Amino acid sequence: MDAGAAQPAQPFRIQTAAGASRFAWAAACCILLVLALLPAFAARNLIQDLIFPFYMLALAQCWNLLAGYAGLISVGQQAFVGLGGYLLFALTLPGGINPLLAIPIAGVVSAIFALPTALIVFRLRGAYFAIGSWVVAEVYRLVFAQFKALGGGTGTSLPPSVTSTMPGIEWVKSLLNVRTPAARDIISYWVALALMAVTLALVYLVLRSRRGLALGAIRDQEAAAASLGVDIYRVKLAVYVATGALTGMIGALIYLQKARISPDAAFSVLDWTAYVIFIVVIGGIGTMEGPAVGTVIFYLLQRNLADFGAWYLILLGTLGILVMLFAPRGLWGFIADRYDLTFFPTRRRLVVHARDPTTPG
Amino acid sequence: MTDWLNALAQGVLLGGLYALFAAGLSLIFGVMRLVNLAHGDLIVLAAFVILFLAGKLGLDPFVAAMVSLPILFMVGYALQHVLLNRTLGRDLLPPLLVTFGLSIIIQNGLLEIFSADSQRLRSGSIETASFALGGGVAVGVVPVLTLLSAIAVIVVLNFVFYRTALGRAFRATSDDLEIAQLMGIDHRRIFATAMGLAFVVIAIAALYLGLRANFDPSIGPARLLYAFEAVIIGGLGSFWGTLAGGIILGLAQTVGAQFDPEWQILSGHLAFLLLLVFKPRGLFPRALD
Repeated sequence: MDAGAAQPAQPFRIQTAAGASRFAWAAACCILLVLALLPAFAARNLIQDLIFPFYMLALAQCWNLLAGYAGLISVGQQAFVGLGGYLLFALTLPGGINPLLAIPIAGVVSAIFALPTALIVFRLRGAYFAIGSWVVAEVYRLVFAQFKALGGGTGTSLPPSVTSTMPGIEWVKSLLNVRTPAARDIISYWVALALMAVTLALVYLVLRSRRGLALGAIRDQEAAAASLGVDIYRVKLAVYVATGALTGMIGALIYLQKARISPDAAFSVLDWTAYVIFIVVIGGIGTMEGPAVGTVIFYLLQRNLADFGAWYLILLGTLGILVMLFAPRGLWGFIADRYDLTFFPTRRRLVVHARDPTTPG
Repeated sequence: MTDWLNALAQGVLLGGLYALFAAGLSLIFGVMRLVNLAHGDLIVLAAFVILFLAGKLGLDPFVAAMVSLPILFMVGYALQHVLLNRTLGRDLLPPLLVTFGLSIIIQNGLLEIFSADSQRLRSGSIETASFALGGGVAVGVVPVLTLLSAIAVIVVLNFVFYRTALGRAFRATSDDLEIAQLMGIDHRRIFATAMGLAFVVIAIAALYLGLRANFDPSIGPARLLYAFEAVIIGGLGSFWGTLAGGIILGLAQTVGAQFDPEWQILSGHLAFLLLLVFKPRGLFPRALD
């Protein structure tokens, strides 16, 4: 007899947190701590390997926010990965700016590019937006191929003088007793981990905020959301620019780690959009947990089957189609439905009797 | 001056090829509001089918394309009936993602079967034949045939859409699916027939793609973008608009290439984006999205 008795006029309340989610927060913090300390005792191979799933998860969560919530099904996010990568090269090579500072600058500049891009591609709706965003990514690719100072069509490399002058390298070297290349990997690893954690936290906080409620409404029924006073255009624009900035920063990190860039690789629709879509769809679109599940599956497939080349990609395409047809809410959606489980809830539930929190809302 | 006249003539003819790419996309969209991300790869697939038939049976590409038409019609019909019909509904995501997956499967399947080598359809002397238009401008026979075929395809599509019972069913399902079903139209068969018809257009586009230039399994997505740009420039739902859109795109590319050959593709994309800014519904819109 608590909430119901105290407020008899309002025998219901709205709740987002579930029992499992408090445990999940603690678990997420523990995992983060372990991952942050990992370079102290793990081999260099593992550190190098983990950077890849970290940035793929960050990219996937950005795309999930775009497509799963804001209804902006973009096939052109490689525009911002490539833009971020090229900005890193432009800032560090002729600019002489230190690479760790170049990453946030790349984020800001990506946001500045995302705004006019959005104003053009937002004129296309739904499925047309998808192809329109792809055209924009092609324009970015062709334009960057024209910059001779950045290697033109064949691309260019970051000299060791740039990658080895990252701040903190000396500190990591003396602290963990490793050589310069290993220290470089460890710093990239930490930056990737930080970017992933920040992306996940940002997306989660946005989804639980007032804005997030508007996003969920747009996802479920755009016309109804508009009739309830959601300014759809502004919400979508904000999401597009924010994910553009995040994707740009992730792109800068990716090419800091790769240390070699070319227009075809940096603006690759396969690497930066198809894989990302696969991760989100397999895991479960429109959920916080889905992209994480998808990243684990993708990482395992990539590690074990990538050598099969074309057959591997045929398998990925087939898996994606099958999941879309028979389990459109992905693996996590299937588990969540079956066991009524949510670790990172963003859904508001209406609890009619406070004593019985399982009543569906 | 002659260079510029030449660029304009080549641009119009190139536009014929883009209109052929776009006509199939326009047809599919017009009937079932499906945006097919595998469209470009299907064109490349059809080009390989023609190449295979021409090689195996020792046929001229034109004859091989004729042989491929009924085969590709049935492939399209089956693809729609078995796979794509399941994806249509209120949600945008399934058709987009399934056709995107299909695009990756087709590209890599072709890569596995035919390797990454560049291929070309060989048809003897017609490939290099050309005639003078005067003013120092000469045009190739194949490009002219491409443009004429594009016009013919659009005339036929307009006839089918507005003069036949099948076209009436196409327009009815497009306008209001539920009412069309109440009138006894089996929309799944109508959609499958439309996809079969689109595959016939795709086969014609593939024939000229292979005759005009080299192709390999990776060039599909770029063809999709050209087709899409032509459809949007022309305005949704108008076949003649699609032809105009193709020609504008072709002109933008050849005029851009006149300044610098590296700018050819880029200037086509930029023309499309500019048009989107000033005329977001295209030049001759007919349908409301």
